[in-house]
Amino acid sequence: MKVQLFIPCYVDQFYPQVGIATFQLLKKLGCDVDYPLNQTCCGQPMANAGFNHIAQSCNDNFINNFSGTEYIVCPSGSCTLHIKEHLGGSDKNRVNSISKNIFELTEFITDVLKSTEIIASFPHKVGFHTSCHGQRGLHVSSMSELMVKPFSKPAQLLSKVKHLQLVYSERVDECCGFGGTFSVTEEAVSVKMGKDRLQQHIAKGVEIITGIDMSCLMHLEGLINRNKYPLKLMHIAEILNKSLN
Amino acid sequence: MSFSHADNAAKFIADEARTDWHDETLWFIRSKRDKAAHGLPEWEDLRQAASDIKEHALNNLDTYLIQFENNALANGVKVHWAYDGEQHNQIVHSILKNAGIKKMIKSKSMLTEECHLNDYLKHYGIEVIDTDLGERIVQLREETPSHIVLPAIHLKKEDVSATFYKHLQTEKGNNASRYLTRAARTHLRKSFFTSEVALTGVNFAVAETGSIVVSTNEGNADLGVNSARVHIASMGIEKIIPEAKHLAVFLRLLARSATGQPITTYNSHFTKPMQGKEMHVIIVNNKRTKQLANPDFRNSLKCIRCAACFNTCPVYRRSGGHSYHTAVAGPFGSLHLPNIDMKANADLPFASTPCGSCTNVCPVKIDIHNQLWKWRQVLMKDAYAPFGKKMAMKGMAWVLGSPGLYRFAGNMARWVMRVFPSVLKNKKMNAWYKQRDMPTPPKESFRNWFITQKKDG
Repeated sequence: MKVQLFIPCYVDQFYPQVGIATFQLLKKLGCDVDYPLNQTCCGQPMANAGFNHIAQSCNDNFINNFSGTEYIVCPSGSCTLHIKEHLGGSDKNRVNSISKNIFELTEFITDVLKSTEIIASFPHKVGFHTSCHGQRGLHVSSMSELMVKPFSKPAQLLSKVKHLQLVYSERVDECCGFGGTFSVTEEAVSVKMGKDRLQQHIAKGVEIITGIDMSCLMHLEGLINRNKYPLKLMHIAEILNKSLN
Repeated sequence: MSFSHADNAAKFIADEARTDWHDETLWFIRSKRDKAAHGLPEWEDLRQAASDIKEHALNNLDTYLIQFENNALANGVKVHWAYDGEQHNQIVHSILKNAGIKKMIKSKSMLTEECHLNDYLKHYGIEVIDTDLGERIVQLREETPSHIVLPAIHLKKEDVSATFYKHLQTEKGNNASRYLTRAARTHLRKSFFTSEVALTGVNFAVAETGSIVVSTNEGNADLGVNSARVHIASMGIEKIIPEAKHLAVFLRLLARSATGQPITTYNSHFTKPMQGKEMHVIIVNNKRTKQLANPDFRNSLKCIRCAACFNTCPVYRRSGGHSYHTAVAGPFGSLHLPNIDMKANADLPFASTPCGSCTNVCPVKIDIHNQLWKWRQVLMKDAYAPFGKKMAMKGMAWVLGSPGLYRFAGNMARWVMRVFPSVLKNKKMNAWYKQRDMPTPPKESFRNWFITQKKDG
């Protein structure tokens, strides 16, 4: 299966190990993986700040890099959702085809590859941070507000990993407070939300928090390092990639 | 109070213990809501039905409003139409003037908060006494409600005790709930029996019958209306529902969404004035038709004011209602208020991450978080952006629109962060760094790694 990787800008620059894990994981799962070299960003930093109207050059660049691809896979629920919902462009066919073909990594593995064969172990107490855009936007997992049968695609994958103890915190899908530019424009609320989220995981004896969005984890990591909390962070791709070794 | 949610929120959070208490109190209500919703297997269908009924009512609002008016007139109710808040206040004032009355009691009405009725009437020497307990408490403190269902949720019983000590001459430092409730009761009873005009809000206006339904837990609307000579009911045009049977959907959703109760204690139906008394209904637009005409924001008019979006909002819970600097706070206020005054409320749609929990709890399925996103676009396009933000965004768009520039900027940024880490470690200039560490910049981007490994085969 031919797959084009979309690695979000901040992952490319600050968390290359997450991109590498995503690439290696997909290869191991039998995909033919390529990475369009001129990609930059999904455009979300502008759009969420209310400036979608000046993001066209960024959108055009995305369209040029990813047109004509059967599957685009991205290790971020938030960036995937943004492309699905807000990618604008004059050529509607190209835009629609990209919106349809882009997948967040865990939903791609469970829904397209339909592969849950994970044979390995990760002997840690792992807390899952349910990033909002992947959950409430892409529906990679059920939402606590809705009266529906519970499910979680990322947890389904993590449950296959031997010796991995998945722990659910109180307020299981409370937002971490990252929110893009919100993290700096509403700094006080953002930090308070993040600290509260971390305390909920600490209370459950979590060693490592994982999730499908490195942006939320970057915000939480900043708080962990500043406050010297006894926690570590890993993107889910890093755990699943390790597991397959 | 500043005009920026972010500044107000920072002040609120400075008292962390109180913030935690506020957050936990509201989360408790969200949890009660979840439990109540879980008790109804048809919950999601009910939400859809409510949303559909409201959709239909909005699509035929002209017909239903006239039908309501005709039926209300036939019932002997006086019907008034107000184009905006100012006109609404004038109508209330003229009713009071005609009756020669200088004192009015009022049960909870967010519309009158939106129209600033109390201040308006005060100017004409008319005393307004709020009879909802929470509203009375904030009124004595000269504050606005911090929550549309729980107006004094920002206050602890110690605060209430201090307020009552000051205004109602209760014992100093007596914080016992029972004592304070009794004091409030004694105080309010006097007002109930001495006021000749009672104003209420309207939860639902039934077109089919021309009657209005008012939901309260305290029974204060009933007590007020039944003891007064004149009843004034203020409603926004969006309160219309076609038929009385639709209440079966809305009343089941309203209390469960608001507080987790199966039903509100008092759902009172007012159809016609009692003999020798007057009943007035004021139907208010106040820019709601502007919202109705805009496909992006239209369905926000479905709101039944349950405040479930407040209770679930992680930002509201940690910033308090007053940080929104408006009478209607929370996610719904952030949708509703920019429509009324864009400039004064341009910051509100940004007071959200937006996580989307509000949309999920909404009993009438308003896509609140999407509309907040759309408001952001409208506000920034309409030049309500601070200059610095605009420049930063233009710069960012320029860099991210050009792959070469992006790579150059990325390499530079990582190099600077590695070699001169102190540059970004400035708590005044860099809001991120104030309470969070910066990520550790790697030497190599993912792209570089990809190219190298491809070359190496």
